[in-house]
Amino acid sequence: MAQPHNAQQHNTETGVPHDAGHKGAFPPLDPNNFAPQLIWLAITFALLYWLLSKIALPRIGEVIEERRDRIQRDLDAAEALKSETERAIRDYEQSLADARTKAGGIARETREKLAQQTDNKRRDSEAQVAAKIAEAEGRIADMKANALASVSDIASETASAIVAKLIGDNVSAAEAKKHL
Amino acid sequence: MPDPIHQFEIKRIVPLDLFGLDATFTNSALFMLLAVVLIAGFLIFSMQGRSLVPTRLQSLAEMLYEFVANMVRDTMGGHSHDDGHGHSHEHGYMKFFPLVFTIFIFILTLNMLGMIPGFFTSTSHLAVTAGLALLVFVTVLIVGFAKNGLGFLNLFVPSGVPIYVLPLVVAIEIISFLSRPISHSVRLFANMLAGHITLKVFAGFIIMLLGAGGAYGVLSILPLSMATALTALEFLVAFLQAYVFAMLTCMYLNDALHPGH
Repeated sequence: MAQPHNAQQHNTETGVPHDAGHKGAFPPLDPNNFAPQLIWLAITFALLYWLLSKIALPRIGEVIEERRDRIQRDLDAAEALKSETERAIRDYEQSLADARTKAGGIARETREKLAQQTDNKRRDSEAQVAAKIAEAEGRIADMKANALASVSDIASETASAIVAKLIGDNVSAAEAKKHL
Repeated sequence: MPDPIHQFEIKRIVPLDLFGLDATFTNSALFMLLAVVLIAGFLIFSMQGRSLVPTRLQSLAEMLYEFVANMVRDTMGGHSHDDGHGHSHEHGYMKFFPLVFTIFIFILTLNMLGMIPGFFTSTSHLAVTAGLALLVFVTVLIVGFAKNGLGFLNLFVPSGVPIYVLPLVVAIEIISFLSRPISHSVRLFANMLAGHITLKVFAGFIIMLLGAGGAYGVLSILPLSMATALTALEFLVAFLQAYVFAMLTCMYLNDALHPGH
């Protein structure tokens, strides 16, 4: 924009500002410049508005919308997967708990059965032992009675032997027994 | 010293006549057309892949889209529940999104193109900013009356104002409503104009001081650092003014949709 194109511009270019003021008017406020600028403003602005509102902006809006939808879809999918995972975990924990209670039941049953068997065996052997004890006690009692019975015989014999030794007289065992 | 006004000169490239109107293709028109080509080219080309995982360019286009969409939602979406509008109205405001987006990206691109040395800044001309502001103003009027009928006039009657000051308040409201396109357009125009003049003036100081030579040449570092800082500021202003223009557009359209204060 350095070189002037006609005489009128040459004037304003070379003149000092205040001189230009009263000569061709200050260009931004010069009414001669209004019509061409307004007409071209109308043309260019209308063209730009048409291009943007019909082509550019809907396209940008579409892409942004699409991205928002896509992100929302992905988030929804992630949410669905998460709840599915949670359900699977819940199911797993449920079956784990079931298995645990079942195992507990089996263990308790087995324990009870075994305890019962042990009890039975114990009771049997106790009974056997008791019978044997009773038998042994009977034998001891017999032997005691026998022993006690022979004590008086031994005593009288011993006494007659002692007497014979002491006085040289034979005392029959029966007699000794009578004196005892 | 270089003329700081020279950069705003309109150059007539192709003289045209449209039904008696001067429709000359000027450098301003050239840059508006360039902006249209760049914007449409970028937005359409960057989305070519339509990929789910965006490329760098695609995510830039999407960021712009979301930025403006959020602006529209935040300014115009807040009323859907508190004034008893039905569910169907909730997203009705989104049909203005293409308009707000086009205004924002168009002004932003024109402002940014103007930051390239030697390029023309179409938004530094009142005709362009006024044209855009009037477009918004007329849209607000049409939408306001089409949607609310005469209820749109409620916009000028704030609720809860005592009856004896009401005429005054209504007059003020009407004046402020009518002055909207002026402030709307002049804000952008003046910001771009002043910024570019300031840059040019400081750049001129550098050349003058260097031309003076000797100790003056060393002093030229001052306007140079100033011009550098101002360039950064101007980039911020270029973005901010596009944002402010689009934001005000949203607020005015919101008034058209919900005239009750």
